[in-house]
Amino acid sequence: MAVLLLAEIDAGALSDATHKAMTAAKAMGGDVHVLCAGDGCQSAAAEAAKIEGVSKSFCASDPAHGAKLAEPIAKLIVEKSGDYEHLVAAATASGKNIMARVAGLLDVMIISDITGVESSDTFERPIYAGNAMATVKTTDAKKVITVRTASFAAAGEQAPAPVEEIGGAGDDGLSAFVSEQKSESDRPQLTSAKVVISGGRAMGSADNFALIDKVADKLGAAVGASRAAVDSGYAPNDYQVGQTGKVVAPDLYIAVGISGAIQHLAGMKDSKVIVAINKDEEAPIFQVADYGLVADLFDAVPELEQELAKVKG
Amino acid sequence: MKVLVPVKRVIDYNVKVRVKADQSGVDLANVKMSMNPFDEIAVEEAIRLKEGGKATEIVAVSIGVKQSQETLRTALAMGADRAILIEAAETVDTDIEPLAVAKLLAKVVEEEQPGLVLMGKQAIDNDMNATGQMLSAILGWAQATFASKVEIGEGEAIVTREVDGGMQTIKVKTPAIVTVDLRLNEPRYASLPNIMKAKKKPLDTKTPADYGVDVAPRLQIVKVVEPASRKAGVKVGSVAELVDKLKNEAGVI
Ligand SMILES: Cc1cc2nc3c(=O)[nH]c(=O)nc-3n(C[C@H](O)[C@H](O)[C@H](O)COP(=O)(O)OP(=O)(O)OC[C@H]3O[C@@H](n4cnc5c(N)ncnc54)[C@H](O)[C@@H]3O)c2cc1C
Ligand SMILES: Nc1ncnc2c1ncn2[C@@H]1O[C@H](COP(=O)(O)O)[C@@H](O)[C@H]1O
Repeated sequence: MAVLLLAEIDAGALSDATHKAMTAAKAMGGDVHVLCAGDGCQSAAAEAAKIEGVSKSFCASDPAHGAKLAEPIAKLIVEKSGDYEHLVAAATASGKNIMARVAGLLDVMIISDITGVESSDTFERPIYAGNAMATVKTTDAKKVITVRTASFAAAGEQAPAPVEEIGGAGDDGLSAFVSEQKSESDRPQLTSAKVVISGGRAMGSADNFALIDKVADKLGAAVGASRAAVDSGYAPNDYQVGQTGKVVAPDLYIAVGISGAIQHLAGMKDSKVIVAINKDEEAPIFQVADYGLVADLFDAVPELEQELAKVKG
Repeated sequence: MKVLVPVKRVIDYNVKVRVKADQSGVDLANVKMSMNPFDEIAVEEAIRLKEGGKATEIVAVSIGVKQSQETLRTALAMGADRAILIEAAETVDTDIEPLAVAKLLAKVVEEEQPGLVLMGKQAIDNDMNATGQMLSAILGWAQATFASKVEIGEGEAIVTREVDGGMQTIKVKTPAIVTVDLRLNEPRYASLPNIMKAKKKPLDTKTPADYGVDVAPRLQIVKVVEPASRKAGVKVGSVAELVDKLKNEAGVI
């Protein structure tokens, strides 16, 4: 049987979360079809058709899919589900929102946030903020799965597979989009950046986050934050890295003024190289850091920017 | 409007979890258990709705072992009016899966007819982030997940959600399910007099059989192991040394 992968689409464009989830989807066995749901999803569907391993790309364009509301997209997936053994999406905010509803509609248990595929029915997933790794085998005939993108490499490119236009689910009147506030940024996305620099409570203010921004600009890095920094209003909510925020695994993660609570570590401890800058040499973050610098961030971060200017120009 | 608040008893968020040597799970014997932090936020929001005249009664529900009573008493001490315990597990090692929890909650919803269900976005033990969505699916209701702001209107709720890339505000038809995120509010502590009063508030005890729900798990645990641990790193003496190491040793800049 085949796999249906729900594409992650941001503002009409296909997100690389889809390419990463594809790598997991391929390991489940069978043909992989991608489902693009949006209000005008032709270009995303054309992109999705070029992901290596995809044998068909569906485009379900419908005004009801524009805001990625869960009710219509879940309905659409359930309508299509007959031909598939696996229904898969990236474990993004909208993936989690939609797929658990799909599982509820199909009366199956969801397998959330998988980090490994052992076989078509057995998966690895972190529990307890990543302090334990569970391998679970599902007894459900249909498998509804979300994929932790940080754990899978992005699938490559291929000559485009066929794109098929299908109808959308329509508006069931349960929920409606009102407005959105997008964090504007020219930087790479947190979950796909090769370098991430995050600030914690010690940043002290939103203005001081500019110190982090300057280093990020030198490194082409994405900017993240701890929960404490977000709660304090120093950084937008979607910057939060951790158990209940975003999970990242860049080549380089720099934690500035972050103590290293387990909930934060849950979101970044699989990074290739971790740097911690903290004035408390006992801070738990140093236990996971490859390079630790015990220093006041207000001295160290501007200096880091200058040193980077020397080596990066 | 009645508000239903499902609250889960979980390992306290400050406890360092240990994986059992036989790989069957995590050691939960004699560790501190608390209300799931997101559920505290849900209870708090329900209380604020009641204080604001939008809610008339708050019913807390918990599904699990007998000791989940303590979690319900905490909800009552914070300000919930009454509680329902569904005793579905004999030992703390048995975690009732979100699908079964959602089915039980759907039955409670049928009985109680709440105008709103406020619950956590995620239990910090199984990290599923699923029960609210499943419950709305079963009921055919609207869902507003990851809420950072909730406004109740006539037959609708306006909810601001934390999503990837920012915030999204949606309007849902009520009755609806709202799952709460961290920034919705700061939960109050129960005062001592309220803790005493909570002991006298009604707490009903039920079983899954009372609702005719099968709670047998769909997922079998093959094994639970420790995550790969990181090798201890080094302390560097200066920013210049750090940059040098990142460039020439780690090769990441
Ligand atoms: C249900 C739940 C979910 C959570 N989810 C998340 C999550 O997803 N992500 C997350 O991050 N947290 C999460 N948390 C919160 C987590 O437990 C911690 O409270 C939080 O990570 C702390 O943030 P912090 O390290 O910035 O702040 P603190 O713990 O206050 O640490 C600040 C650090 O800065 C250092 N410092 C102070 N001044 C300076 C200076 N001038 N220069 C250098 N260093 C300095 C201090 O030594 C300290 O180590 C969650 C908590 C709960 C209960
Ligand atoms: N056993 C339970 N008893 C009561 N509420 C629960 C239970 N399990 C989950 N919930 C509710 O569902 C939310 C999400 O949990 P989960 O889907 O397991 O991550 C929690 O925050 C609770 O509000």
